[in-house]
Amino acid sequence: MSIYAVIFYVLGAVIIATTVLAITRRNVMHAIVCLALSFIATALLFYLLGAPFLAMLEVVIYAGAIMVLFLFIVMMLEIKADNRSLGTYLKQWILPLLLAVTSLLFICLLILLESGSSQPLTLTAASPLAFGRFLFKKYWLAVEITSYLLFVALVGALYLGRGDGTTGG
Amino acid sequence: MPTIVPYSHVLLLAAILFLLGAGCAVARRNLIMILIGVEVMLSAAGLAFIGAAMHWQQLDGQAFVIFIMAVAASEVAVGLALIVYSQRRSGTVDADRYDLMKG
Repeated sequence: MSIYAVIFYVLGAVIIATTVLAITRRNVMHAIVCLALSFIATALLFYLLGAPFLAMLEVVIYAGAIMVLFLFIVMMLEIKADNRSLGTYLKQWILPLLLAVTSLLFICLLILLESGSSQPLTLTAASPLAFGRFLFKKYWLAVEITSYLLFVALVGALYLGRGDGTTGG
Repeated sequence: MPTIVPYSHVLLLAAILFLLGAGCAVARRNLIMILIGVEVMLSAAGLAFIGAAMHWQQLDGQAFVIFIMAVAASEVAVGLALIVYSQRRSGTVDADRYDLMKG
């Protein structure tokens, strides 16, 4: 097993552990901090899998912007920790856990039956320059549509988040 | 050429992450935790795409991750605005408390 495989498995274990921590925390603040760790580990994995530019974007957008946005909203709304009893909390996890494990079994089966993906990936990296050239040559229209999507999201968020007019919102 | 792991292992990791996110979105009652579950699912999809880009040595997979990130960013912006809006209207972000129709 090469050193890169070891790095992959360690990063994968870190990602799964921090994500499990994040989705089970009853305090939303703790969940968000755990999730930021998970996204940073995911960015390292992106770098390992030959996407240095996307690794940087993952840190900037997911671990940076999105998590900070979550943090601000949680602080603004003063959301308290889930104060139901532990039994109720665990009970609401039973059915989703069952469904997720069943789906995972079938995904494992499908991946095992697929024979074409068993040889190891070779280490390559797409330079940001080549990636940018490719993106704007082949997917320029999709990039424009994406920018329009971001603009519409901005307008929608402003419209939903505006005040009632008395506070100058 | 140094090798990493088979593509199937990348797919398996992405599947586990995706199901963790889906489980979070289904099980939790807090609207913000539901949105976090959706974020985890989108990130897992990005991981699968990057593995595919490496497996077939095509840049298309990486291009799609850019679009996934844009969709995730706009989804979270609109989603959080909706949460703030419903918190203003009903005073709670607990999905179980939206029971006005039940009387």
